[in-house]
Amino acid sequence: MILNETSVAEIKEKMVRYPRRKSAILPALTVAYHQVGHLNDDIYDEIASIIDIPAVEIAEAATFYTMFPKHPVGKYLIQVCHNISCALLGADSLVHYLEEKLGIKKGETTPDNVFTLITVECLGSCASAPMMQINDQYYEFLTREKVDAILDELRKQA
Amino acid sequence: MEKKVLFTYIDDPAQVKVETYVGHGGYTAWQKALKQMKPADVIDEVKKSGLRGRGGAGFPAGLKWSFVPKDSPKPRYLICNADESEPGTCKDRVLMEHDPHGVIEGMAIASYAIGSHLCFIYIRGEFGGPIRCMEQAVKEAYAKGYLGKNVFGTGYDLDMIVHTGGGAYICGEETALLNSLEGERGMSRIRPPFPAIEGLYACPTVVNNVETLASVPHIINNGAEWYTSMGTEKSAGTKIFSLSGHVNKPGNYELELGTPLSYLINDLGGGIKDGLKLKAVIPGGSSTPFLLPDQLDTKLDYESIAAAGSMLGSGGVIVLHEKTCIVWVIERLIHFYRHESCGKCTPCREGTGWLEQLISRIERGEGKPGDLEKIESICDNILGRTVCPLGDAAVMPIQSALKLFRDEWQYHIDNKRCLVKSEFAFA
Ligand SMILES: Cc1cc2nc3c(=O)[nH]c(=O)nc-3n(C[C@H](O)[C@H](O)[C@H](O)COP(=O)(O)O)c2cc1C
Ligand code: FES
Repeated sequence: MILNETSVAEIKEKMVRYPRRKSAILPALTVAYHQVGHLNDDIYDEIASIIDIPAVEIAEAATFYTMFPKHPVGKYLIQVCHNISCALLGADSLVHYLEEKLGIKKGETTPDNVFTLITVECLGSCASAPMMQINDQYYEFLTREKVDAILDELRKQA
Repeated sequence: MEKKVLFTYIDDPAQVKVETYVGHGGYTAWQKALKQMKPADVIDEVKKSGLRGRGGAGFPAGLKWSFVPKDSPKPRYLICNADESEPGTCKDRVLMEHDPHGVIEGMAIASYAIGSHLCFIYIRGEFGGPIRCMEQAVKEAYAKGYLGKNVFGTGYDLDMIVHTGGGAYICGEETALLNSLEGERGMSRIRPPFPAIEGLYACPTVVNNVETLASVPHIINNGAEWYTSMGTEKSAGTKIFSLSGHVNKPGNYELELGTPLSYLINDLGGGIKDGLKLKAVIPGGSSTPFLLPDQLDTKLDYESIAAAGSMLGSGGVIVLHEKTCIVWVIERLIHFYRHESCGKCTPCREGTGWLEQLISRIERGEGKPGDLEKIESICDNILGRTVCPLGDAAVMPIQSALKLFRDEWQYHIDNKRCLVKSEFAFA
């Protein structure tokens, strides 16, 4: 089993609230993503048996939603918004700065598996640009100084 | 002018707590609706208030509610659309994070108006903060008896589910949202049937934006007349504008509808960044046509912006200064729309991909003679020919940019580089 007891309990608790079980797919995927950090076929199988829906239907839904990585990523998934409002305030140079600091290119993971760097579309934080999301947390009005402090802090925790 | 209705307590960090919310007069509208009004009275009041949908299309809220069949034996559902993914828009998040009970109360009243006993708020999955905030607030509302069985002893039951998405812009489109909520891929549905007749689980369903619903308690408390005393004749009330891009003070500002754009950009937004000149404004989220500097006195209401050739949309005002290459802007946007097209219908799926190829090639300095005409023809073949309005959303800014800045596009093709290069550093 990949999903731990807490996750399974959480999925079951959510599931019973919906008039139809299938509606619990996205919530279940979310719970799994928060525990594991990515999704894969084994996870679809486990979710399928919890909510009693064919695994193919879980996979069908899961592969539509880009928020869930489909293969392992670093402990911290850095998602830089490169859409228009952020781009106008330097999102591209923010990405370059992160690439230099982490020694990786966009789309890659650091060799120690701590950081993965990707760009994403608008995160609904346009008036606090430039911004990035790391795992579940937003970091806004970014400056070099702030980025340095954030990365240092996360490295300490890693 | 600036006018705080939704934002009255937005700076009070305690407003997220049910006690504080109630201390500020919260849940009185819910009680009033349930105890003193019939569902039809609620719909009437909201109709009279002139409240229009704040999610983009500006459809009258009360009218939408009245489309739900009164005699249907099926359950009805209310869904609050908190997918907020239109680039330039970041207002619903503020309401959820700073005044979540206002959203809940609005959802409750709207549910009652249409006879729904189970309602949902569909929040984009990336919004960790707002999701936690809404979940906590819903829990508190249940604990206080504002949700659940027999609310205020009236016999009315109402359940509320916080549902989270998976990072797809298209799931903000109401029919795609319904599919997503049913556990399917978030692809749009052909209308009719409209959701009010056959929505979630093929039952009558109303989908409203967060801001629309959050406005409802104020209308029930203070009356339709009070609401229409703000704004213009056809655009009543207040609206939150998300101001982003090249301004000194970006942020979310609540304005009376009909306030001039210049007031938002210059007075509240502190003018254009770095003392540069304004090049253009996208007034209603990334899918709306551009306005030019000589249109700064345009009033921010549905009719005035339409008369100026654009749309109020979601109220995401994106400001571009003179050092912004328009082809670069459009490349960003078409990349986004191509990425977010759900793939259901051919004009949108293939068209956005083709447009991205052509526009990227121009931006890279590899544009060819005839490219602009080809782009125009693809746009014509997308506009109005797709299952949902995502296709239109992708095309409108392109058509507008070609019309207003044609020289700049041509320069790009002829000289294989930008007329003004967009190089934006971050601090
Ligand atoms: C591609 C696309 C994305 C949309 N995204 C959102 C969104 O994130 N939030 C929203 O409230 N409405 C969005 N809408 C509009 C909804 O389809 C719908 O009109 C709206 O939620 C209705 O609520 P309202 O009448 O209160 O505005 C979107 C529409 C389209 C075509
Ligand atoms: S454009 Fe970056 S958060 Fe909206």
